[in-house]
Amino acid sequence: MPLRLLKYGLSRDYPVSGDIPATPDLKPSYDVVIVGGGGHGLACAHHLSKYHGISSVAVIEKGYLAGGNTARNTTTIRSNYITPEGIAFYKEAVELFEGLSQELDFNVMFSQRGQLTLAHTEATLRSFHSRAEMGKHLGTRTEVVDQKMVEELVPSLNMDYGGALEILGGLWHEDGGTARHDAVAWGYAAQASRRGVEIHQRTEVEGFEVVGDRVQSVKTSRGRIACGQVLIATGGMNYDVALMAGVELPIRCYPLQAMVTQPLKPWLHTLVSSVSLHTYLVQSSRGEIVIGGGSDPYQLYSTRSTLDMKEHLAEGAVHLFPFLQGVRLLRQWAGITDMTPDYSPIMGASPLQNLWLDCGWGTWGFKATPVAGKRMAETIAKGRVPDLLKPFALERFETFRLLNEMGATAASH
Amino acid sequence: MKILTCPMNGPRNIDEFQSFGPVRAEPDPDRTADADWSRHLFRAENRKGIVVEWWRHVPSNYFFLAERDLVTNEVLRTFDASERWAHP
Repeated sequence: MPLRLLKYGLSRDYPVSGDIPATPDLKPSYDVVIVGGGGHGLACAHHLSKYHGISSVAVIEKGYLAGGNTARNTTTIRSNYITPEGIAFYKEAVELFEGLSQELDFNVMFSQRGQLTLAHTEATLRSFHSRAEMGKHLGTRTEVVDQKMVEELVPSLNMDYGGALEILGGLWHEDGGTARHDAVAWGYAAQASRRGVEIHQRTEVEGFEVVGDRVQSVKTSRGRIACGQVLIATGGMNYDVALMAGVELPIRCYPLQAMVTQPLKPWLHTLVSSVSLHTYLVQSSRGEIVIGGGSDPYQLYSTRSTLDMKEHLAEGAVHLFPFLQGVRLLRQWAGITDMTPDYSPIMGASPLQNLWLDCGWGTWGFKATPVAGKRMAETIAKGRVPDLLKPFALERFETFRLLNEMGATAASH
Repeated sequence: MKILTCPMNGPRNIDEFQSFGPVRAEPDPDRTADADWSRHLFRAENRKGIVVEWWRHVPSNYFFLAERDLVTNEVLRTFDASERWAHP
């Protein structure tokens, strides 16, 4: 076996193929400059090059590919939101994830296992009914389930009958699932670079040269590039980057903390989330229990974890699954979330003619990767915002047409 | 345990405090255009650097101000609001 493996490895029939080429030299100009080499930016590059015939695209990444919030999220994919605009948008995201491995010819390990959100109070249960009805109306699989059904879905759950945190029911979302976050980014990057998109890693954007109402060029740490169109998709850095172009976004940055346990044998099939405990759990394909949802209670740009937040997450996890108490933590981390006032993203036009926004992704960005990429590419290519994205415009804060999705997550904000 | 020094109660566990976000200018509702009003409601200081923000010591319901570095999380000082608006 080892010899056969060696023979295979050294064979000329199977040459080593790097999926993502090394960073090339910067050209003096590109049709589209995408700031941010995370999932969203790479997805947009893929769609521009594959469906809109635009391959003069540079993706500019300050660090390494998909090393920001694409690497730090907890990979939840779902569409059980509150507003019809939000549900319609995330529904398309789920549908794109269903076909993503085929689309990218890259296994993104999409696993549609369903997500169960728990209600410990009557008020939460009532809000679930409204979410379920809106979800069904828009064609997603979302329903309210009773205690018996919760027990059937997750037999290992502590129902806490008669206790202060008794589980009264849940919101069962069969469309929910997870995917491998890195694979999503790599798949998009591989496809895009095959079609001529250039990915410039370790290249920092230092400013924009704005003339009138247009961005003339992008100043980077490796030189100046002229640009036709610019997209900002920099996750936790969106506020800073937009400010360089003179655009002040209604964003406040908070760290969001998560952690994983040592690998365990498979026992948790569904994604489990508790609004009251601000805790959600999912077992990864490696067997680790990913535990998330702790937002620091004040604005901060530091990605250092804090003991109190980790204790809070552990407390929630152990309450739901008491047998986890002896399990060890393997890794813990934090990412900077760019929170908007209404917990919905900001997509579409900016005050500048050729500067487009894919911002305000807070704690809900990963699940939107394929749909944000697809629809922002359409926006840039046609110079027109598609109907699906119109409700998410930056202007909504000036016209007071907010899309309140605050209650649609278990993250503690 | 993190400690925050309350100008009235002295050093206390940060769990006893609640953050109310950066201080904003208070526009006059009668004289403010919609765009400025939206700005007041939805945009808050978020630049990397030092921010002046409202905090409350919850048990005593005392509101005060803190200067904090948004990058290092270091609290530079805390002080009573009368210090900022000493001359009305």
